Amino acid sequence: MYVEMKDIEKHYGDFKASDHVNFGIEKGKLVALLGPSGSGKTTILRMLAGLENPDSGDILIDGKRINDIPAAKRDIGFVFQNYALFRYMTVFDNIAFGLEVQKVPKAQIKERVMELIQLTGLSGMEKRYPSQLSGGQRQRVAFARALAPNPQVLLLDEPFAAIDAKVRTELRNWLKDMIHKVGITSIFVTHDQDEAVEVADEIIITNHGRIEQTGTPMEIYKTPETPFVAQFIGKSTVVSHYEQLNGFDSVAGASQAVIRPEFVRVSKSGRLEQYMSAAEEGTVEEVVFRGNHLELTINIKGISIKAERSLEKDPVSVGEKVQVLIYRLYIFDENRTYLMENSAMQENDVFYI
Amino acid sequence: MEKKEQKKRSKTEIILITVGVLFIVCMLVLPLISVVTNSLKEGIQFYFQSLASEYVVSALGVTLLATVIVVVVNTFFGIMAAWLLTKFSFRGKHILATLIDIPFSISPVIAGLAFLMTFGRLGWAGKYIEKINEALGTDIKIVFAIPGVILATIFVTFPFVSREIIPVLNAQGKEEEEAATLMGASGFRIFRKITLPHMKWALLYGIILCTARALGEFGAVNALSKTRGETFTLPLEIDALYLSGSADSITAAFAVSSLLVIIAVLVLVLRNFVEYKSKKKGKA
Repeated sequence: MYVEMKDIEKHYGDFKASDHVNFGIEKGKLVALLGPSGSGKTTILRMLAGLENPDSGDILIDGKRINDIPAAKRDIGFVFQNYALFRYMTVFDNIAFGLEVQKVPKAQIKERVMELIQLTGLSGMEKRYPSQLSGGQRQRVAFARALAPNPQVLLLDEPFAAIDAKVRTELRNWLKDMIHKVGITSIFVTHDQDEAVEVADEIIITNHGRIEQTGTPMEIYKTPETPFVAQFIGKSTVVSHYEQLNGFDSVAGASQAVIRPEFVRVSKSGRLEQYMSAAEEGTVEEVVFRGNHLELTINIKGISIKAERSLEKDPVSVGEKVQVLIYRLYIFDENRTYLMENSAMQENDVFYI
Repeated sequence: MEKKEQKKRSKTEIILITVGVLFIVCMLVLPLISVVTNSLKEGIQFYFQSLASEYVVSALGVTLLATVIVVVVNTFFGIMAAWLLTKFSFRGKHILATLIDIPFSISPVIAGLAFLMTFGRLGWAGKYIEKINEALGTDIKIVFAIPGVILATIFVTFPFVSREIIPVLNAQGKEEEEAATLMGASGFRIFRKITLPHMKWALLYGIILCTARALGEFGAVNALSKTRGETFTLPLEIDALYLSGSADSITAAFAVSSLLVIIAVLVLVLRNFVEYKSKKKGKA
């Protein structure tokens, strides 16, 4: 493991910002710290950078304990949430700042800065001031400035928060490509799961100062380990009394379940061809147009669930009776999550064969 | 049509403008004009003659000397205080922030008396100064001497610089400094390259206000300066001339006053220029 946190604890007064935080990151990986606001993700990042000190526990980079090494000597590049560009310096001076502090010879500074300006596509802007740049360009400057002294690790705090939605997707790809091109171990903080899923090689999910789960985006999506992750990832609806639904039996201790829209198939009444016995009858409560699909809220025996419907299919309207097939759901108790398949469907499968 | 409607002023606006203009004319402009006209009552020759008198020249010297020292000292400590209050957090920070404002809320005369009671013959620090003088054979005097004048003026004008730059530094936040710290920059480099360029105009504005106030300080200095021609500042000299009662000296008092008015106007012009500059800079 290249970057490691071992049993980190951090309090702000009575508030527990980090609660037995443990994780390890392999060299060269791009990792997302994902969690709701106040979950302790930024605290982790700031402790790695040396901007905060943990109350106890060890932080290691490349096997060396760095707790007592001051921020400036940790060899870490940091991209701040609002970039914190030096507003009274040009793009060139911003990027050169870290090298000047290290007393690198002038000619070498110029070479390195121009190289980074080229790399980040900022050519011709080296004499501009931050106020004369767009949000995306500022991010590039912040990125180049953090990389200039050749750090071992790059940390990014909500790198896309200050950018409008339209450019954000484009910049995500740009940053992902750029980080892989440079090959630097990077950790970024985000509260946006789409961002984490799209950009990161691995995701660390935080909640209430604890690490809930670590894994690739696919692993986290497919096998959420804790109730929190099951609810946090995907567009999840939490349901009690899931045992009332066709094909799902009550499990002792697990009183609630999570249903994701992709687990649900909605058919107009009488159009369902398979698994008739596994289907439920529901009433459409709400139809919301989401641009490329419809989002439906359907009431089944008093349980409200969310489903998606392609625009290619016949539209459904509010109050309409529909047939709903629920393939699977996650049930959870206090600590664990289990995947539960629709048993009625499996029986039907056997029957068909 | 539209333009006409826009030009038509509401009643409230007319009343406010009238009251505002009347108030400023009666309270500020007329008295200042009377200073100038009174100072020229005996002719221009008398005007310059009264400015060239021994007492006035001495007072001008004392005033300028005190102002320069006060502004330098207050700029230095003002920057330090503002830096401390905006970029660091520590116990008692709010108390310190409030203490800095005390000179604004305390009457200058009280400030003067406080120094008198501290450094005077009866004050606790007075004894130590006497001892130092005995031991070193020096003749340091604070009360009723120029050091006292300077100390009192420092006290009264202390908040100006820090009060002007604190909001600017607060608005800037800590992020730029943090970024620079992460890159290994020393505190001094951060101050020179990041903090100072940011607060430049506010600082200059604070210095100008501090200068204006230092030039005109009366109350605090009055308590500590009693020797005309030696430790008197311009405001004290004006007071002395006026109180001596003869027609000539009253006109002379106005002549010296006009000197301070001219300096005040110059400071105002400078102030507006700086304000204009800093706004332009803020927009860029």
